[in-house]
Formats: sequence, structure tokens, C-alpha cells
Amino acid sequence: MESKVTKKRPYDYFTLVVMIILAILFIFPLYWIITGSFKDAGAINAVIPEWFPKNPTMVNYDKLSAKPAFLWLWNAVFISVMSMILTCATAAMAGYALAKKRFIGQATVFTLFICAMALPKQVVLVPLLKEMSFLGLHDNMWAVILPTVGWPFGIFLLKQFSEGIPTEMLEAVRIDGAGEIQTFLTIVLPMIKPGIGALAIFTFIGTWNDYFLQLIMLNSSKVLTISLGIAKLQAENGTDFGLIMAGAAVGAVPIVAIFIMFQKYFTQGITMGAVKG
Amino acid sequence: MSKKNTAPKRSRVLVMRETRVSYLFLLPALIFFIGFVIVPMILCLVTSFFKYTMGEFTFIGIKNYVEMFKDPIFLVALKNTIMLVVVTVPAVTLFSLWVGASIYNMNAFTRSFFRCVFYLPVVTGSVAVSVVWKWMFNKYNGLFNNVLVNTGLMDEKISWLGDERFAIWCIIIIMFTTYVGQPIVLYVAALGNVDPSLTEAAEVDGATKLQTFWQIKWPSIMPTTLYVVIITTINTFQCYALIQLLTSGGPNHSTETIMYYIYYQAFKLNNYGYGNAMGIFLAIVIAIFSAVQLKVGQSND
Amino acid sequence: MKKLLALLLVGAMSLSMVACGGSSAPAAEEAPAATEEVATEAPAEEAADTAVAADITLWTYPVGGFGDAAKLQAVLDAFAAAYPDINVSVEYIDYQSGDDQVTSAIEAGTTPDLILEGPERLVANWGAKGKMVDLGDLWTEEVTADIVANSAAVEAACKSPDGVYYEYPLCMTTHTMVINKGVFEAADALQYINEDGTWTTENFEKALTAVKESGLVQQTGIVYCGGQGGDQGTRALAMNLYSGQFTNAEHTEWTMNNEAGVKGLQQLVDWCEAGILDNDPGIVAGDEIPLFTNGTIAMSFCWNAAMPITHAEALAASGVEAMPVAFPSEDGVPELCGGIWGFGIFDNGDAAKIEAAKTFIKFVCDDEAQAPESVKISGYFPVKASLGNVYAGTEDEARMTTFANFAPWLGGYYNVTLGWAEQRTAWWNLLQQIFAGDDVQAAADAYAETCNAATAAAAGN
Repeated sequence: MESKVTKKRPYDYFTLVVMIILAILFIFPLYWIITGSFKDAGAINAVIPEWFPKNPTMVNYDKLSAKPAFLWLWNAVFISVMSMILTCATAAMAGYALAKKRFIGQATVFTLFICAMALPKQVVLVPLLKEMSFLGLHDNMWAVILPTVGWPFGIFLLKQFSEGIPTEMLEAVRIDGAGEIQTFLTIVLPMIKPGIGALAIFTFIGTWNDYFLQLIMLNSSKVLTISLGIAKLQAENGTDFGLIMAGAAVGAVPIVAIFIMFQKYFTQGITMGAVKG
Repeated sequence: MSKKNTAPKRSRVLVMRETRVSYLFLLPALIFFIGFVIVPMILCLVTSFFKYTMGEFTFIGIKNYVEMFKDPIFLVALKNTIMLVVVTVPAVTLFSLWVGASIYNMNAFTRSFFRCVFYLPVVTGSVAVSVVWKWMFNKYNGLFNNVLVNTGLMDEKISWLGDERFAIWCIIIIMFTTYVGQPIVLYVAALGNVDPSLTEAAEVDGATKLQTFWQIKWPSIMPTTLYVVIITTINTFQCYALIQLLTSGGPNHSTETIMYYIYYQAFKLNNYGYGNAMGIFLAIVIAIFSAVQLKVGQSND
Repeated sequence: MKKLLALLLVGAMSLSMVACGGSSAPAAEEAPAATEEVATEAPAEEAADTAVAADITLWTYPVGGFGDAAKLQAVLDAFAAAYPDINVSVEYIDYQSGDDQVTSAIEAGTTPDLILEGPERLVANWGAKGKMVDLGDLWTEEVTADIVANSAAVEAACKSPDGVYYEYPLCMTTHTMVINKGVFEAADALQYINEDGTWTTENFEKALTAVKESGLVQQTGIVYCGGQGGDQGTRALAMNLYSGQFTNAEHTEWTMNNEAGVKGLQQLVDWCEAGILDNDPGIVAGDEIPLFTNGTIAMSFCWNAAMPITHAEALAASGVEAMPVAFPSEDGVPELCGGIWGFGIFDNGDAAKIEAAKTFIKFVCDDEAQAPESVKISGYFPVKASLGNVYAGTEDEARMTTFANFAPWLGGYYNVTLGWAEQRTAWWNLLQQIFAGDDVQAAADAYAETCNAATAAAAGN
């Protein structure tokens, strides 16, 4: 993992320059959202782009304040966090069982999980909708959470992690008389913590970005998420890009901030995770 | 996926006990999985054999499937979807491999800086990213036209998303920026995990950097590559938000994808049975793609 | 194990299938019964005494001021004061995803009780699919006469081909286009527009040329075709240029591929090629209007009586003076599309809620004191002749007088033709094709074929 000190060659400098240019390109959309949200109509429509808002204004945020943007944000957080917790909990248990237990029907269950992993959940949208209405959950945030938790990606990921737990270790605690639950809590969980961390972030971001499922399942203004809210802003306001960018900024900035704060844990998790095929 | 069968033969009782315990561990996941994946999937399959609209539900056998291949828009959507996959998947894979290889041996700070930067579009959120690109691509007050016209590189403003020649490439660019984040993180990790003694040995033997890369590192990051390719393929097949928010499948169906067309048929025209049939078809296509990729990946191993 | 799993799945599946089928069928059967019951009950005004108590929901598309929560609140407050036992909660939906939301709500059985939109959805779509309640009892002889006295087309549009009323209308307008008066004046193009706001195709072309040559704006106008938003504007434009007809008189067949229609489409293509007009398959009306209000372009094809209010802020900021005009036509006699908005009731199988919803409609549309207020909030014109000029003496009088002048040119309401949803998509695809260089006649033929096939399919249901 540690970088070695190697002698710099022209190629390395070239790479660095290209990387910096690419980095600017990748940062730019976010930059344009944030600066755009502070521009007045004149600056938004200026033929000569204002690279930085000359006369920063809060007018877009004033307009946005007429919308329940923070409720949208909260709903998105609620959905993402609940999905994250439930996914991690169920996947940790299932992944461990699949990796470390030998039981009847194991291959069938695992194959089912693997097959389903590749299928886009959008293809089942109408049946899913029907099912949710049957359960009385349509237009309820749980209608987004439940199918998200059902998707077996997490199980696959945590199975990979659990494979890494030395079997001897499990045998040892069993001989010491530890029960199944105790083994799981004291040995398995700590060992797959990085995996859970990675899965948590994957699930959080994935759910946050799952515009489609939210679009189908959520209708009322009290359950809209920020993604739907931004789309609504765009539908209602066309090219009032200042306002739309303000909405996008409210949606993007908090999660970007959280990501930057926790990115270390995140990459640690991945480092030890999915790559072990 | 190791299937070690090294465990000693256990008695039947033990196996039963183990099975019981295992299913208890699996139970919460299975409830969600069966309830919200398998059941709708089967419903989807069954209803795909019906003429199923807002007021009608009659069995019509495989007619939906036959209809599909006579539907010119579906065929265009299929072509576009495959084109998206064929362009995006190699581009994302190669680009993230290159970025990963370029930054993995930089110092810790620079490495995490770049990793973060390339991940930004993912965490910004697909809708937020779509709307800002929509603005940048806008013909009249979008950034690209303004810059290109002001600098004299272009004479006339172009409707990027409204021109058949460009629209799908615009979608590809946006897709690209939102898809490379995770692969780069994975590659940085995988390359960092390659046993340094192997590469050193090769270099001592006089191998060039490039040779070392392809002969030593490439095989050992193969699982990662496989994972990246499959995930990117699935994501590309599922691309929906971008299309809905930017082009509605236009102009002239040039950005129509199967996923969008399913949505259109189901939600605008209420042809649920037909939409479900296309969904099943898409699922089969994805399964085939994934299986082929797995095969190719494993034979390279 | 496999068998058990399969059994479990089949069981769960059949259960939910039964549930799906079950939820819609009985409701449809119950509907007429419920309606009859209501019909035999006391007529409109006494509803307050019968004390209906229910929680109902209203979904409203952005129909003028009804899309504005602050304005609609006045209506809700007045209703709450009159009927404290009926609790109305409102959802504001937009034209981009609103239809999909209603679709998913219908499939999920979570439709609102009340919905505010036009006949193309209430009658031709959801009504035709049996999702709406028959509002025949609201259409008393008196009301019908009152509405017909204003416009027979409104009455005709609100009922299905077999005579069932699915919409109870509140307000209406004519859809026009709008020009930037300042720019036209400076480009010396105002002369091409008649006193009454009409103009000929020939003069329209002259005006386009003059405005383009003036260099005062980036572009004269944009034929937007990135989606269905505001598509009545582009249809009216293409149709009027050579007095084509969108459908036959009975609204049973799409006819835009006839000579006049194709000529109009071809004209648009030619103007675009000449550079005096633009097309953009990347935008819809919602994107085009702001370009007009901020002065980027000199005209918009999507305008009506409520627009000056909706966009007052943007117009004030840019100083653009919006002057509504008719769509140009060869003979100077335009045929304008109308907008007719009113309420429909989704059949949720709950007689009390249906009754409460009807009470709400009667209050908003029929109450002597409230009806004019409701119309004013919408920013459109009343559908009832008896309401007269509700804007007399208000600050909106001048604006509404301008728009009232367009009323004589109101054409047939072809939006109720079956296959409407397919037609909308086919229309913007048609525009995209011809602007990309496809043969206009061939594209129009294909368009008409698609639409007519959809109409036939819908009629067969």
C-alpha cells in the first residue's frame, strides 16, 4: 500500500498534468452548480460566461425557500439511512451464512442471489407497484426502502468478506462454547467491519441516486426526496437555471461534505472488499 | 468463489442443525429478497404473457414478445442500448484502469485527492448532475455554446441535446463521468494490493514498466476488472434518469433506450404487459452479457 | 427445498394477483350505484345541511393560479369555513411527471378524490378507462344551458362519446402566441400584425425576416420539440399556417397529413432552413418561455391568459413587453386551441368521499360568491355565461380584455380524440424528424398512421 519513492520521469509529470486537467473537469459540474445557485438571471443567461458570480445573490435560495427543500432532503436521508441499516444488517447475516456454513440448498440460494444481482430492478416496476399497493405502502417511503434492501448485491459483497474469516477461529470459539449469535457478534462482525462500511456507503449513495424507484413509488409532497424535488423544480421552471442549481446545491453539498469527511473509511472498506473475487 | 469441501464428514444431525441455523441467519435477507425481488420478478414474467393495460388483462401467449421485434422503436432502443454498452464499458474500464495505475503510487494525500475528485459526480447525485449538464448543453445560454462561439471555434450555436448527431454522445459523456468513480477507487485498491516482490522480481529480470504491468499486474487485478466490467454493463443497461431528464429519448429516438422505452410504454401508454415483456427480454440480455464477460474473464485468468 | 420455495412463490404471487385484479373490478361495478344514490339525494345547495364529513385529496396540475399554493389557499380557506367537516388536502403536480404519478396512483389504488385538469385527461384518458365518476348530476339543465350559452364546445368536450360527463369545468382560455412588443417595434415589424391581433402567414414571414435582420435578439422564435410540454403551441402554429385541420370534425381521425397540414409543416422547415426561425429538439415549452421572457427570443408559441401573471416577475426583471397575438394563418382567420379546465372525481369506491368531492366542486364552481373568485384565482375566463366579466373593475381587467378578444377564434377541442397520449409523443417525434431533414409528407403520413392506429386500438377497448 505505501507509496515507494521512485525517481520522477518526464512521463510522471505528464501524467500529473493530465490528471490535474481531468480533475478540474470532474470538479467543474459541482462548481457550476454551486456558483450558478448564487447568480442572478442576468449572469445565468450571460453570453459571456461569468466564471465566478460577480454579484452573488441569494435570490435563488429565497425562491427555493418557498419549496419544502429541507423536507425533501430529510426524506432522502431517511430513505437512504434506513436502506443502509437494513441492508447491512441482513447482508451481514446472510453473507456470513453463505460463506461459512454448509447447509442444504446453499448452492440454490446463492445462485438465485447471483442471478438476481444482474437484473435491473426497474424491469419489475409495475409488479412492484402492484405489490406495494397491496401492502398499502404506495406513496410511502418504505416502498422505496424495502425493494432496495431486497437487492442481493450486499449479500454477495459481504459473503466475499466473510470468506476471509479463518475457519479455525470460528471452530475455536465454538469449542469454547460460544453460541451462534455470540460468534456472529463477537467474531464475524468485527472482522467484516470494513466490508460493512463499504456496503453502507454503496447503499447510501445508491439509494440516494435511485431516482427511478422514487419516481414510481412516491407522489405526495410530504414524501418527495431531493432528487424528485430537483426534477420537479426543473419541470416547473424550465430554464430558470439559477433556481434549479440552488435546488441541486441543497441536494449535493451535504452529501459531498459527508463523503469528503468519511472518504478514508470508505476507500478502506473497498480496498479490502469487492476486489477479492 | 471458493467451494472448499475440506470440512470433515459430519453427521446428518449436525447437517440439519447447521442448515437450520443457516436459514435463521438467512431469514431476514430472504424475506426481503423473496418479497421484493422474486415475487415481482415472477409477476413480471407471468404478466408478460398477457395483454395487460389499465382496463384489460387477457392471456395472449408470446404475442408481446413477437410484437417487440416488429416494433421499430424497440429495435432502435435496443440498438442504442447496445451501442451505449459497447462504447461506455470499455471506455470506463480503460480510463479507470489508467487513472488507477497513474495515481496508486502517488503519495497518500494526492492519491486520496484524485480518488475523491473522480468520485465527486457519483456523490453529487444523478439528478443534480443531469440538471447542471442540461444547462451547460443548453443552446442559448449554455456554457459550451457560449465558450465555443466566443472563442470563434464555432460559428453557430448547436442544440447539443437536440441534434441527432450529438445527443447520444452527450449522454455518454455524462454517463462516463458518473461511472468511473467507483472503478477508479477499486483499481487503486487492487493495484496497491499486488505483491511488490513479484513486480520487483520482474524488473530485476529486465522487464520494462509496460511489460511488468501487463504480465504481472494485469493478471492479478483481473477479478477487479471483471467486477468493473460487469457493474458498468449493468449500470449502463439500467440508465434511465439521464434520458428522462435530458432528452426523453429524442431527438428522433436517437437516445431511446430500452429502459426508457419500457417506462414510456408502461407509464405513458399503460401497456404494462408489453413493458414487462421488454423488461424480461432486457433481463435476459443482461444475464447473457454478464455470463459472457464472466467466461471471458475466467478464461483469461 | 427448491419445491418448497417455488410453492411459496406461487402462493405469494397468486395472492397478490388476486389483490391486483380485485382492487379495480368491484370499484367499477359500485360506481353507478353510488352515483344514483347521490342523484336521488337533495340537490346542490343543501349539501351543507347533509353534513358530509370526509377527508379528501385534491391533485392539481399547474392550471393558472391553481398551481400556486398561496393563491389556492384562499379557496381552501373559504371552503373550510363553509364546510368545516370536509378536510381537503392538496398535492401540486407538474406536467412533466404528473401523468406518470396519476398512472402509478391508479395502479396502486391511491388516486386522489379530486383532480383539476382538462378533458384530454379527465375525459379522453382516465374517464375512457373507467376510472372516473359520472358527474351527470352536477350538470343540471340550468348549468348546461349556462355553459352552452358561452360555448357549446366546452360542454361537448367534458363528456365522453357516449354522453357521460367526467369533467365539471371551471375556467377556460384560448392558447395564443406572444411577441416581444419592444423588439417588434424596433424592428418595424408591428405593422404586420392586424389591430385585432391576427396576422397572415405572409406577414408573419415578413415579420420574422425583419426581426431576424434587426439583430435585436439571438433568434426570432423556436419551434420546440424536445417533448410534449406545451405541444399545443407547435400544433397550432403548424396547423394554422395554411388552415390545416388536426382531426376530422368528429374528432375520430388524425388528419395532419393532408395537403394544408403538410404545407404548414414544410413552411416551418423552410423558415428554419432560411434561418429566420429556429427549431430545437432539445427543449420544450417550459424552456422556451423563459427564453422569451428574458429577451433571448422575440416570440413564444405557448401563451395564454394566465401566462402574464405566472411570468410577471421574469417579465418585469427583463423589461420585455409581452403582446399576445393569434397564430398566423393564410387567410388571417386563425383557429385557436382552447384550454378547458375543471374537476374530475376518481372513483375510489367510497360514496362519502365522492359526495364530499362533489360538494367541493359545487362550492368552487357554482357558489354564487365563490365561483367568480375561483375563476379569478385561476387567471382564466369563466366557462359559465352567467358569471359575466369577473374581472370587471380589477387590476386584471385590461389583461383579460386583451385575451377576451381572441375568444371568437376558438376552434374545436380536438384534444378529446382517442389515442391522445400516443399522438402527443408522435407529434414531437414528427417535428424532430422533419427538422432533421426527413421528407415531410412521408413523416406526416407515418405520424397519422401511428395516431390513427392508437385511436382505433383505444376505440376497440
